[in-house]
Amino acid sequence: MKANCWMGRNTLEVLDVPEPRIINAQDAVVRVTSTAICGSDLHLVDGYVPTVKKGDVLGHEFMGEVLEVGPEVTKLRPGDRVVVPFPIACGRCFACAEGLYSICENSNPNAGMAEKLMGHSPAGIFGYSHMLGGFAGGQAEYARVPFADVGPIKIEDDLPDEKVLFLSDILPTGYMGAEMCDIKPGQTIAVWGAGPVGQFAVASAYLLGAGKVICIDRYPYRLDYARRAGAYTLNYADVDVLEALRDMTGGRGPDACIDAVGMEARHPTPAMYGYDRVKQAVRMETDRPYALREAILACRNGGVVAVIGTYGGLLDKFPMGSLMNRSLTLRTGQCHVQRYLRPLLDRIRAGEIDPSFVISHRLPLSEAPYGFELFKNKQDDCNKVVLTP
Amino acid sequence: MSTKSDTLARALGWVSLALGTAQLAAPRMVNRLSGVDDSRLASTVTRVAGARELMHAAALLGSRRPGPWTWGRVAGDALDLAVLGRAMANRSGRSGRYGRRRRRAVAATAAVTGITALDLATALYSAGLGVRRPMRLQASITVNRPREEVYAFWRDLENLPAFMLHLESVRTTGERHSRWRAMVPTADVEWAAEILDEQAGELIAWRSVPGSMIKTSGSVTFTEGPAGRGTTVHLTLEYRGRGRALGAAVARMLGEYPEQQVRDDLRRFKQIMETGEVLLSAGSPEGVRLLSRLRQRPAQPVGGRS
Repeated sequence: MKANCWMGRNTLEVLDVPEPRIINAQDAVVRVTSTAICGSDLHLVDGYVPTVKKGDVLGHEFMGEVLEVGPEVTKLRPGDRVVVPFPIACGRCFACAEGLYSICENSNPNAGMAEKLMGHSPAGIFGYSHMLGGFAGGQAEYARVPFADVGPIKIEDDLPDEKVLFLSDILPTGYMGAEMCDIKPGQTIAVWGAGPVGQFAVASAYLLGAGKVICIDRYPYRLDYARRAGAYTLNYADVDVLEALRDMTGGRGPDACIDAVGMEARHPTPAMYGYDRVKQAVRMETDRPYALREAILACRNGGVVAVIGTYGGLLDKFPMGSLMNRSLTLRTGQCHVQRYLRPLLDRIRAGEIDPSFVISHRLPLSEAPYGFELFKNKQDDCNKVVLTP
Repeated sequence: MSTKSDTLARALGWVSLALGTAQLAAPRMVNRLSGVDDSRLASTVTRVAGARELMHAAALLGSRRPGPWTWGRVAGDALDLAVLGRAMANRSGRSGRYGRRRRRAVAATAAVTGITALDLATALYSAGLGVRRPMRLQASITVNRPREEVYAFWRDLENLPAFMLHLESVRTTGERHSRWRAMVPTADVEWAAEILDEQAGELIAWRSVPGSMIKTSGSVTFTEGPAGRGTTVHLTLEYRGRGRALGAAVARMLGEYPEQQVRDDLRRFKQIMETGEVLLSAGSPEGVRLLSRLRQRPAQPVGGRS
C-alpha cells in the first residue's frame, strides 16, 4: 500500500510499504478514506521531535472503514465507518478511568524511552515518533488501530467525511483548550495561533459562552478564517500584542489565554527570533516559546493559560515569576480526544459547528509531500490539507 | 551505588579538568614543560588534546557511575603517548636545547605511562565489578485490578516469562518448586527455585535452591493502592552468577540498564493485568527489548496476512 513516510528532516516520500495486519487481539485494521496533515506533523518534518526514524509512516488524523477486527474486539465490525482519535488508549488504566486518555498508562510500548525525556510516559500516538510508541500513522491506505473498542467512534449517519474527520484531533483539541479556560459568560479569551486548532479554539470559546475572543497570528488569510469564526484579530507583525490586548480589555488583560502555537513560534523582532532559532538549531533548547511567554505576560491576574500547542522538550526564559506572582493557572495536555467524541459529534449533527470550514486543500495521498510543502510554507493560503488515499 | 572505582574515576575526572584547562589556556607552557617543540602545529595539537580532556572530565564528573567512562581516558592516553613518542623522536632545535627538551619529553612520557596504568586499572576494575557484584534491582507499579487477582496471576510462576524479558521459561515442578530458564543467547542458564514464603494476596518470596549455577532471590509484595487505586506491586530481585563466566551471563541477561528492564517488565505485567495483553507496535513487533529499542524498525506496518 501507499503511505507517506518520513525520510529525514524536510524529506517526505510516498512509498510502497506492507499492509498492516492484526498483531494484538484488540486491534482493528481500517481502510483509510480521509486523512489530514496536522500542524504538529510539521514539528516532525522540521526535525524537532526526537526518535523519529527514517521510513516512519506519519499521520494521526484519519478515518475510514473497518476492514478486519481482532478476536477480542466486540464493538466494531468490518464495514463500520469510524473516526480514530490520535492518542491510543486502553480504556482500563487509572488515567483512562479518569478520562485522561492521552496519558493512558498502557498504550506506549516505548514508555521507557519517553520516561528518559519526560520523567513519565504519556500515551502512544499514531505516527508520532518511537518515543510515543513507534506506531505506523494514518497517512496511508490502511492503518492498524490498537484498542479498537476504546478509541474509534462509529459514524452511523450520512455525515460526510469532511464534517467528522477533525474529531480525530484538531476539533477536540481546540475545544479542550477553550474548556480548560473555565469560561464564565461574557469573558474575554485570547488565542495565539490562527491555524485550524486556533480557529476551533475560537469557535469553541464562543460555544462555551465567551463574550469576546481575540486571535493572534501574522498571516492575514488565517486571521480571516479566525474572523469568520467570530474572532477579533491582531496581527503581531503590525501591533504590539501586549499593548493591544491591554487596550482591548480595559487594561486588565484577557481572562484566559490559549497557546495554540507550540514549539515553533515566531517572533516579530528578527534578533529575538534569531536568538531562539540558533539555540534550537544547536539543540540548546528544543522549543521556541514566544507565544507561550506572551500568553503568560498578557493574561489577567488570576487568569488561566491553556497550552494546547505541542511542545517537545525544553525551553528557556520561561516567565515563571509572572506566572507565580500573579496567581495564574497553567493548564496543558495533549487532547483527551476519546472523551469529546460523542458530545462534539452531537454538536456537529445538531449543526452547532461545521468543522469543514477549515479545509483549504484536498489532495490525493500520493501528493502528501506537496501538501506538506504548501502547509508548512503557508503557500496558496493553505490552511488545512485533507488527503484521500 | 558508589564504589571505590567510581571515586577513583571521579578523581581522574578532576585531573582531566585541570590538564584540559591548562592545555587550552596555555598550550605553549604545557608543551615546554613536556618537552614538545614550540611550533604552531604543536600548540594546535595540544589545544585539541585539551578539548578532549575536557570531554573526559565532563563524562567522568557528570556521570553517576563514571567507572566505565575511564576507558575514554585510556584511549586518550594512547594518543598522548603517540604524540610524546613523536616529540622524543623529533631532533630539531639547537643541541643544548634539544638535550633539555628530550629529557623533559622522557619525563613526561614516563608520567603519562604511569597515568595510563592507573586509568587502565580503574577501567578494568570497574568492568570486573559489574560482573562480580550481585545485581540488586527493585521497581514498583500500580495495577488497576483487585489485589487477589494480581497476586494469583503472579503466583502462577509460569506466567512470569510473559512479561519478564530475561526469562525464557518457568516450569512448575511442585507446589513450591519450579525450574527457571534464562534468556541468554550465549549460554544455557537454568536454575531451580523454591518459594520461601507466600501470604495469599500479600507476598511471594523465592530463591534459587542452594548449589544452583545462578544465585538468585526475589520477592514481590502486593498492597492496596491509596484511595482505592488498585494494587501496588513492589518487586525486588537479586542475581549473582557463580564465577566470572556466569557473572557475565547474568549481566548479559539483565542488559545494560537492568533497572530500566525491570521497570519495563512491571509495565508489561500491568498491561497484561489491565488489558489482557502486551501492546506491540510496528517499531518493535516482536516486543520491546532494550537493544531493539535503540534499533527499532521504522514505524511501518509489519505486513503479511494475519
